[in-house]
Amino acid sequence: MRHIISILLENEPGALSRVVGLFSQRNYNIESLTVAPTEDRTLSRLTITTVGDDRKIEQITKHLNKLIDVVKLVDLTEGAHIERELMLIKVKATGAQRDEVKRTADIFRGQIVDVTNTIYSIQLVGTSEKLDGFLAAISGTTVLEVARTGVSGISRGEKVLSV
Amino acid sequence: MTAQRSMKVEQLSGGEMLIRALHDEGVEMIYGYPGGAVLHIYDAIFNQDKVEHILVRHEQAATHAADGYARATGKPGVVLVTSGPGATNAVTGIATAFMDSIPMIVISGQVDSSLIGSDGFQETDMVGISRPIVKHSFMVQNPEDIPMVVKKAFHIATTGRPGPVVIDIPKDVTDPNKKFKYHYPESVKLRSYSVPGKGHTGQIKKAVEILLAAKRPVIYTGGGVVQGNGSELLRELARKLDFPVTNTLMGLGAYPATDRQFLGMLGMHGTYEANMAMHFSDVVLGIGVRFDDRVTNAVSKFCPGAKILHVDIDPASISKTVPADVPIVGSVTCVLEEMLELIKLSETRVDKKSIDLWWSQIDGWREKDSLKVTPADNDIIKPQQVIQSLYEITKGEAYVSSDVGQHQMFAAQYYKFDEPRRWINSGGLGTMGFGFPAAMGVQLAFPDAVSVCVTGEGSFQMNLQELATCLQYQLPIKIVCLNNQALGMVKQWQDMQYGGRYSHSTYAESLPDFVKLAEAYGHVGIRIEKLSELNSKLAEAFALKDRLVFIDVMVDPMEHVYPMAIKGGAMKDMYLSKTERT
Repeated sequence: MRHIISILLENEPGALSRVVGLFSQRNYNIESLTVAPTEDRTLSRLTITTVGDDRKIEQITKHLNKLIDVVKLVDLTEGAHIERELMLIKVKATGAQRDEVKRTADIFRGQIVDVTNTIYSIQLVGTSEKLDGFLAAISGTTVLEVARTGVSGISRGEKVLSV
Repeated sequence: MTAQRSMKVEQLSGGEMLIRALHDEGVEMIYGYPGGAVLHIYDAIFNQDKVEHILVRHEQAATHAADGYARATGKPGVVLVTSGPGATNAVTGIATAFMDSIPMIVISGQVDSSLIGSDGFQETDMVGISRPIVKHSFMVQNPEDIPMVVKKAFHIATTGRPGPVVIDIPKDVTDPNKKFKYHYPESVKLRSYSVPGKGHTGQIKKAVEILLAAKRPVIYTGGGVVQGNGSELLRELARKLDFPVTNTLMGLGAYPATDRQFLGMLGMHGTYEANMAMHFSDVVLGIGVRFDDRVTNAVSKFCPGAKILHVDIDPASISKTVPADVPIVGSVTCVLEEMLELIKLSETRVDKKSIDLWWSQIDGWREKDSLKVTPADNDIIKPQQVIQSLYEITKGEAYVSSDVGQHQMFAAQYYKFDEPRRWINSGGLGTMGFGFPAAMGVQLAFPDAVSVCVTGEGSFQMNLQELATCLQYQLPIKIVCLNNQALGMVKQWQDMQYGGRYSHSTYAESLPDFVKLAEAYGHVGIRIEKLSELNSKLAEAFALKDRLVFIDVMVDPMEHVYPMAIKGGAMKDMYLSKTERT
C-alpha cells in the first residue's frame, strides 16, 4: 500500500542524505520526495511517498525515527489527510488541439500559465491521481515536458506535526 | 571581577580543544595513526600527558583496538585517523563496531575547508562513506563548535543502542594559531534524540504472566545484555524462575557457561540442546537479541509453538525478522528489574511440575553430548582440544578475542565464559583481522589480565603488522593460532556444498613460518604439532607472562564445526557430524 510519511528534519547539511541513504541502504522504495524549510528555519519538512506492506512501513518509520536528524514524523495515510501535488506541463497547442487542451485544462481546474502560438504551459494542482487523470485525458496531445513536485501533505483537523 | 573571570577562561586552538575535550570526557587512551590533515591535533597530543595515544600500524587496527577496549571495559573506544586513506582504512572497523553496537568515536582529519570538494590531496568524503555504518556523524565547521560536538558525539555513541560516531574535522579548524575560549559543556540535550529507559509496564506485566504460565520456556539473550550490563539481573531472573538460558554468539558470558541452567550457545553452530529447546519451546524470552539469521535458520519454521517476548532498547530490532507477541522497548536493566519486582509481587507461581518435565526433556537432549570431541589417531591435534586446553590453563579467566572462521566457533563452543565482556569477537560483520588488534585494546585496558587472541593463520595475516605495536607497548598477548593451513570455514562449506572443490581456500605451500615471524618482530614463537605436547607447551607459553607469544598450533585440517544448522530448516534441523543429522 502507498504511504505518505511526513518528517520534521533538522535543517542541517547532510541531513537529507541520511534519509535518502536509509531508503537505498535498506532496499526501501521512494516514489516521491519533497523537502523545504518550515516557518521555523531550523527545521525542514520532508514528505516521502513509499510503498510497502504494514511490516515494511513499520520498519521504515522505526529506522527513520532512529536517525538523529529526524525530529518527528507521521504516517499521514494512517489518518484523514490532505495531499497535493503540483504539476507543470508543456503541450503542443495548435489547430483543433488548442481548444481541446484548454477545455480539458478547465475541467481539471488547471491554469494556463504560459502561452505561445504553438505551446501551452499548464499548471495543475491536486492529488497524484488527479494529475495522472489529466495526463490520461490529454493523451491525444503531444506532451513536450512534465515537471511534478511530488506529494506534499498535512493531516486534517486538529492534528499537527510540530516540535 | 570581570577581569578575574576572563582570566579563568582558557584560550585554546581547535586541536588543543579537541584533546582537552576528550580528557574532560574521561578518555584515557586513543588509538591512531598520524597524517597531514591531523598534524595540528598530533602536536596538541605531544604537548600534554593526560590522554595517551597508542600508535598502531594500520588504521583498521586502531578501530579494532578501540573496539576491543570498548567491549572489555564498557567505555567508548576512541580513534584518531587522518583524511583520505586514513579514514577509508578505518571503515571496516567502524562497520564492525556498528554491527555489534559498540560505542566508538572516530575522529578523522579532513582537508582544509576551502579544499573540500576539489579532489584535494588525501581528500575523501568521510561523512558520506561512513554514513550507512555510523549511529551519527559530524563535520565540524567552526573551532568553537568542537567541545559541543565532542559532547554530543559521546552522548550519542554511549546511550541507547550504542554505536560508532564519526567526527570529521577539516585541518583549518584545528589551526594552532587561532585560539578560542574553551568551555566543556556539562550536559547535552538533543531535541531529536531520546534514550529509552523503562519499558511499558503493561507489556512487562503481560510478559510476566506468560512467563509464569510457561511450560517449556527458554530465555534467549544476546549482546544487548552484555552491553547493557544486565548480566547480574539476568542471572537473578533465570534462577528465580529455574528457566533454561541460551546465549547468542554475542551474548556469551552474560549467563555463566558452567551453570546448570545454561544450554550453551544457540544458532548455526549452537548446541543440540539449545536449538532443540528453542524449537520445542512454548515461550521464548528474547533479551537484547535481534533474531539474527545465524540464530533463527528459516524464519518461517522458527519456534513454531512459541509465544515470543522480545525486550530490546532499539524499537527497530523488535518484530524485524520474527514478529513479537509481546514487544518491550527499554533498557535491559530497567525491564529486568521491573520483571523481577512483578514476579515477586505476583500471586501466581511458576508451573514447577511442567518446568521439571521440561528439564528432564532437556537433560535427554544433553545426553547427545553434541560438543563431544573424538580424539584423532597419530597424535594429531583436534582444534577443539586446543580450546579445551586453553580453558584449563587460563582457568576460564582470560579475555579471549577471536578472529572469524572455524577457530571463532570452536572458541565460542569450548571456552566456557562465566563473566560478560570476556569474549570479544566480531559477531555481526564477521571481520577477519579483528581479533589481534582487539586483544591489544583489551591488554591496554587491563595490563595485568591475560589477553588471548584465538585466531587462524588466515585471519591473523590480515592484521599481523600489529606485532610491531605490541613490541612498542610491551603487550604480552598470547596468540593461539589454530593453523589448519586453509580458510577453514570456507573449506568446510566447500566440503558440504561444493563437492570438496577448494576454490581459493588453501595455501599450505605459501604460509610463512609464524615462529620466525614472531621472532622477527621481537616476540616469542612456539610451534605445537603433537597432541602429546599440547598441554605442556601451551602452559610454557602462558608462563611467559611479560612476553607476547605466538603459539602456532598445527591442527587437523579436515575438521568441521558441528553442530551446524541445515540451511532452510528449522532450529531443530542440524548436522551433528559429517555422518549424522537430526
